[in-house]
Amino acid sequence: MTYFILRRTLGFIGTLFAVSIVVFATMNILPGDPAMSILGLEATEDALAALREDLGLNAPVHIRYFEWITGAFVGDFGTSHSFRVPVSELIGERLGMTISLAVAGMLLTLVLALSLGIFAASKHRQIGDWGVMFLSQLGIAVPAFWLSILLVLLFAVKLRWLPPGGFAGWDDPVAAMRSLILPTVALALVQSSVLARVTRSSALEVMRQDFTRTARASGLSQRRILWRHVLPNALVPIVTIVGMQFAALVTGTIVIENVFYLPGLGRLIFQSISNRDLPTVQALVMLFAAIVVTANFIVDLLYVVIDPRLKARQ
Amino acid sequence: MTLNLNPLHVSLLALTIGATAASAADLSVGLQQEPTTLDPTSEATASIDGMLMQNVYETLTIIQQDGSVGPNLATGWEVSDDGLNYTFTLAEGVTFHDGTTFDADDVIFSFNRAMAEDSKNPAKKIFAGITSITAPDPLTVEVTLKESEAFFLFNMGKGDAAIVAPETADNNATTPVGTGPFKFDNWNRGDRLTLVKNPDHREADIVSLDSVTFRFVSDAAAATAAMMAEEIDAYPAFPAPELLEQFEADPRFKVTQGNTQGEVILAINNAKPPFDNIEVRRAISHAINRDEIIDGAMYGKATPIGSFYPPQGEAYVDLTGTYANDTAKATEMFEAAGVAGSTMTLRVPPFPYAMRSAEIVQAQLAEAGIDAKVENVEWGFWIDEIYRKKNYDMTIIAHVEPNDMGNFARGADYYYGYENPDFTALWEKIRTEADPEVRNALLKEGQEFLTNEAVHGFLYQLPLHGIFRNEVEGYWPSVPVSYMPLKFVSKG
Repeated sequence: MTYFILRRTLGFIGTLFAVSIVVFATMNILPGDPAMSILGLEATEDALAALREDLGLNAPVHIRYFEWITGAFVGDFGTSHSFRVPVSELIGERLGMTISLAVAGMLLTLVLALSLGIFAASKHRQIGDWGVMFLSQLGIAVPAFWLSILLVLLFAVKLRWLPPGGFAGWDDPVAAMRSLILPTVALALVQSSVLARVTRSSALEVMRQDFTRTARASGLSQRRILWRHVLPNALVPIVTIVGMQFAALVTGTIVIENVFYLPGLGRLIFQSISNRDLPTVQALVMLFAAIVVTANFIVDLLYVVIDPRLKARQ
Repeated sequence: MTLNLNPLHVSLLALTIGATAASAADLSVGLQQEPTTLDPTSEATASIDGMLMQNVYETLTIIQQDGSVGPNLATGWEVSDDGLNYTFTLAEGVTFHDGTTFDADDVIFSFNRAMAEDSKNPAKKIFAGITSITAPDPLTVEVTLKESEAFFLFNMGKGDAAIVAPETADNNATTPVGTGPFKFDNWNRGDRLTLVKNPDHREADIVSLDSVTFRFVSDAAAATAAMMAEEIDAYPAFPAPELLEQFEADPRFKVTQGNTQGEVILAINNAKPPFDNIEVRRAISHAINRDEIIDGAMYGKATPIGSFYPPQGEAYVDLTGTYANDTAKATEMFEAAGVAGSTMTLRVPPFPYAMRSAEIVQAQLAEAGIDAKVENVEWGFWIDEIYRKKNYDMTIIAHVEPNDMGNFARGADYYYGYENPDFTALWEKIRTEADPEVRNALLKEGQEFLTNEAVHGFLYQLPLHGIFRNEVEGYWPSVPVSYMPLKFVSKG
């Protein structure tokens, strides 16, 4: 087990290191100048030069990378070129909201997908199954952006039940939760469509197994069979997809954040790329990479929990 | 019917009766672009000015709705006959938001800071002509210029000339401190920025708003939803003319259309063959049909221009008829110049007005026998490739700075690639002419010169659309520079 963890940790560090080099190289190759982004087109050459000096852009590339990576090791991600505050401060402000949204989105996705998937499997070849398949097809086809606008038009503009967007922070928990409802629903409706189908096919696969027939023969109720015997055995492919979805969810919040004007990491990274704000882009990409790797790590651990047979093979 | 006190129902109820009603003197304003810092003297984003200029920060002069210059922190001024010496009389009893007194030393500090060698002021050049600034007494500032400048008083009203205090200037990027009628209260990055009324301001009794909250909503559809849901009271620079109709039809709102100093041009790289040939440029002007472009790209809501000057300006002369839309003539001219059937690229920045206009221009050039290709490029790319490296044939962009006809006197190094000593001489005269009547006559000459040279395709003036709830009064429909003084605004 320790060997397992050690191997994964080294892999984690190696991945982040590789990502840092790729991002640094990409941002430096991209045409565009952070100084001009900040000072605008009318700025004089000496003002631009002064700013470039200030931002440390005149040092050679490898020196700048070295300084940055050594800082990153101790948690100092430098100062944002555009915001002029420490990058960790910028990320800290927005991390809470993005993570809340991602977690809430994932939970709602799981609830919707697992129930609909199992339901569809239990009603295989009947109208319940076809209904879920049709809805999930819609969910996959519909763009999240468009769905979000529809939700806003109905619940915020027409019914006035919920705010159309924005997020004022967790100081007022009720307002914060109200702000997150529509974005969470929009995220979950799209994500759960994929997961529902995976759940359904995995459940069907398990239902064909001999032990299911045995369970049925021993007189257990349909509900007990589905939830206590089918689902636990169907979890491995589901958990795999959930791991991938969580990573995609965090990095893909940008569309949702734009429509609901939420102060999240997605909007921050988009703005920072546009502004050529290298320190911020670097830190954010590393953060996303870390989240993806961690999500996969947790999935691997969960496999062992779900399927004891895998433990023996470790 | 029994009242169901099931906890789930109660909590759902609580969630839907969420927000408390805001007081009638609190205004909520939607803005498209959030700035990354709050110091207008070190960053060029227009929305810093839009939120904070003349609200939190003030300048010596103020640029009024019609573009004229009025008193502000300077209650009056005298200019010597040769236009070289300015004596400003400052307002008495003014304090900064941190309580420190405002006086001539602060003006000197602000100007020196802007002019310093390592200054990162985006408009440093407006101070370039100053040779000395002195304060004979705490309420008088004397400025000497090396030559007469027509636009000096105007420039001193721009956001880059904001008066700041030495004690707080370094922190203005995150906590702005100025002398204005509103104080900075709070900034949740990515979400909102709040200002509150400054009760100690010299004009506090005309200010009716108690607080102003700016919400950053960049997506036009989201902004529409936010206004319709009455989350925000005003969106003074609405980017999507196609969405205005529903507001015009809704009795709760009023829509304003005003003008700006923005000339939208089809910029042509005058240094790159075949565009150095004036006949090719004139042919391009004949090929384009401004009305079609305005209808298609701006839904009919813009004013055509025939030269590089805004229609509402004092010296405006209508030159839209000089190169009347004539596809047949354009085709002939392209053939005579030997470029018929050739390929020309239009590299366009990611602004809706530019992208839409480009598609129409492409079609119009195609009708005249030119194979025009449209390339949509990212803003950073545009700045680097088109603006700095002049790697382009044509592009579409709006120049929003006021008094910027001088762009054509910047020489072939500027991205226009245009150089004409006669025009450069003309601009020098305009720039240093103190008599407005003479200056206006010269500006008219300038417009005719540029149109005659067909330097670019001059398309239309960028309009300003604002959407406001009916109770909101006092917003200027037209904004000459990027700010809107909120001391004039009331709600209800």
